[in-house]
Amino acid sequence: MSALRQIAFYGKGGIGKSTTSQNTLAALVEMDQRILIVGCDPKADSTRLILNTKMQDTVLHLAAEMGSVEDLELEDVLKVGYKGIKCTESGGPEPGVGCAGRGVITAINFLEENGAYDDVDYVSYDVLGDVVCGGFAMPIRENKAQEIYIVMSGEMMALYAANNISKGILKYANSGGVRLGGLICNERKTDRELELAEALAERLGTKLIHFVPRDNIVQHAELRRQTVLEYDPQSQQAEEYRQLARKIHDNSGKGVVPTPVSMDELEQMLLDFGLMQSEEDRLAAIAKAEAQTA
Amino acid sequence: MPQSVDQVLDHNKLFHEPEYQQMLKTKRERYEDAPSAPQVTEILDWTKSWDYREKNLAREALVINPAKACQPLGAVFAAAGFEDTMSFVHGSQGCVAYYRSHLSRHFKEPCSAVSSSMTEDAAVFGGLVNMVDGLANTHALYEPKMIAVSTTCMAEVIGDDLNSFILQAKAKESVPEDFPVPYAHTPAFVGSHVDGYDNMMKGVLSYFWDDAERTPNASINIIPGFDGYAVGNNRELRRMLGEMGVEYTLLSDVSEVFDTPSDGTFRMYAGGTGLDAVKAALNARATLSMQEYNTKRTLDYCAKQGQETAAFHYPMGVAGTDALLMKVSEVSGRPIPDSLTLERGRLVDAMADSQAYLHGKTYAIYGDPDFVYAMARFVMETGGEPSHCLATNGGKEWQAQMEALLASSPFGKNAQVWAGRDLWHLRSILATEPTDLLIGNSYGKYLERDLGIPLIRLTFPIFDRHHHHRFPTWGYQGGLQVLVKILDTVFDKLDTDTGSLGETDISFDLTR
Repeated sequence: MSALRQIAFYGKGGIGKSTTSQNTLAALVEMDQRILIVGCDPKADSTRLILNTKMQDTVLHLAAEMGSVEDLELEDVLKVGYKGIKCTESGGPEPGVGCAGRGVITAINFLEENGAYDDVDYVSYDVLGDVVCGGFAMPIRENKAQEIYIVMSGEMMALYAANNISKGILKYANSGGVRLGGLICNERKTDRELELAEALAERLGTKLIHFVPRDNIVQHAELRRQTVLEYDPQSQQAEEYRQLARKIHDNSGKGVVPTPVSMDELEQMLLDFGLMQSEEDRLAAIAKAEAQTA
Repeated sequence: MPQSVDQVLDHNKLFHEPEYQQMLKTKRERYEDAPSAPQVTEILDWTKSWDYREKNLAREALVINPAKACQPLGAVFAAAGFEDTMSFVHGSQGCVAYYRSHLSRHFKEPCSAVSSSMTEDAAVFGGLVNMVDGLANTHALYEPKMIAVSTTCMAEVIGDDLNSFILQAKAKESVPEDFPVPYAHTPAFVGSHVDGYDNMMKGVLSYFWDDAERTPNASINIIPGFDGYAVGNNRELRRMLGEMGVEYTLLSDVSEVFDTPSDGTFRMYAGGTGLDAVKAALNARATLSMQEYNTKRTLDYCAKQGQETAAFHYPMGVAGTDALLMKVSEVSGRPIPDSLTLERGRLVDAMADSQAYLHGKTYAIYGDPDFVYAMARFVMETGGEPSHCLATNGGKEWQAQMEALLASSPFGKNAQVWAGRDLWHLRSILATEPTDLLIGNSYGKYLERDLGIPLIRLTFPIFDRHHHHRFPTWGYQGGLQVLVKILDTVFDKLDTDTGSLGETDISFDLTR
């Protein structure tokens, strides 16, 4: 058996991390890889497409019900979905209360101590939003994920987020083994999206692993709680995810220590790409509009 | 005024003076809005009924007087057993004051540990700066040879990563690159002090062993586990192993640091397992744990290094000591010497001498999982019945082990095992199904007072009796100590029960 490979998907909320990761993992399982998904999001939607249903028994939900996490058994929280992919969800508190970050730490410790990581080739973490606190950095601590994949798009906020996540990785990369695996661009059909993604990748010292084109088939599959690979394995989109899976698989050990840029540099890049206006341009535009209405 | 310079009254007496009695009475009447005395008695009686017991045992969302402490306490205890080692607890200051005072109150010795003193800004920005400054200060001020880092709840909730922080602190030259800073994440809201002990022990061993090459030799490692009687027990353990001529390393030995002499020199550090000895312990043939639930992760780790491992449940009593000595003999190839066999015979003889007073006595026992197991086993060896066995930090596995133990003897037939229950549960249990004796720690004194069941203090913490921990409870000699403690209480009770002049004193015998 080869050594356990651990990867994690990060990215701005709503960017399509869970969709991208599940489709990619569904493609990876076609390559005879044994996979464990660890959903690190209180919404617990990181395994919905693999299980064809929303996971009800999250680690923290059951722990709260039973009184403590020590009373849990692994089989209570580990469900097997599409082609044998093992699925777990950390779960967590309702919005506005408690500490979801601690929930991630608790869940990952529980899974590791109870043997969930035995007998798999891949552990994949799907992590909510930015690295907002120490808990959400759990998957990038030493001896956890070796490579981080950032899901992004050509939208400004997604680029900010990608840069921020790189900062988080850098913190841990200096003292440990975590590396940035690359960017995955989830097409939003913004202007010059591919170019922009490649430019950001270059700035961060990494590469654009794959550009996933937008296709409504993803939504159609998702409505049926399926991955594209299950819903229409012959489709072009399924092929895209297969390519992405292959690239990730071949990317083992090729991660880099990222070189996040300052806010000024990032904004300059957005200016260059016309995504943002400089202050002078904006003032000029306002003056022009005012002159027209006057 | 009742208090005067010429005759200073202790607070035990002071508040019985009429002035204070009047003041307390006035306060009660005017401000406390207290229920009437008959009402208080009525409710108090009701709390001892079966009705209340059922409600109490159905309790879900509240714990009252748990018989356990939190993880960092165990981590601080484990770290104290290594040569010149300072415990560094990453988190808020008050927590660390608790570990130190808790251990001091029991051992009647100073206990040193430092805190990274995280405050609100650290809670927001993470405690890296506290780690960097704290390690530098600790190294400069207290000159330890090792700093053992554990965590409080605060650092755990915000998710501070010790591995990364310590590496960054070293990069900033807080301590030299090669200075040992083992660490353990010890969230106080998970498990108990026995888990903290386990995590810290594993942390220390991992620090020295992870990148080292193992060349097996004939030595044996012994891990005592969290033990309030460590001062007496570790010395007794050493004596027995010495009698056997076994080559061994005690991993974490607090018997010196928690028993320093008064000779004019303050010893912040004393004794403990040498750091070189810890390094060399990787080569040992086997690692034996005296307390299974203190070392689950550590023993797994030792087994992964290629060592033979075995765990015991607190080697107390005849069978408990037998099992340990036979295992030591097996792995070391050294026979059990006649001197120890003789001690065994003496213990058995003493137990037989007192058999008439011990047979059929019923006990409630509470404490850590391994202690309760050993105590119940010993009680059954003396012909007693361990009617109630309770461990707040015991789980399903412990419950099953206890049930198997109790099923192995006719004295365990009517025993009940209470895993995860607290001392308020035990109060209800004992009010409805009383026992002759109660074995536990100082916190049992409230049960003793409420229910009139004599308490025998045999496990951590013992705050209100002094120096018991200086005498062993392990081994055959320790068995004698335990036997005597039980018997003293049995006889005291018998004397009290038969002491009424002209009524019960027909049995107030000189010879028992």
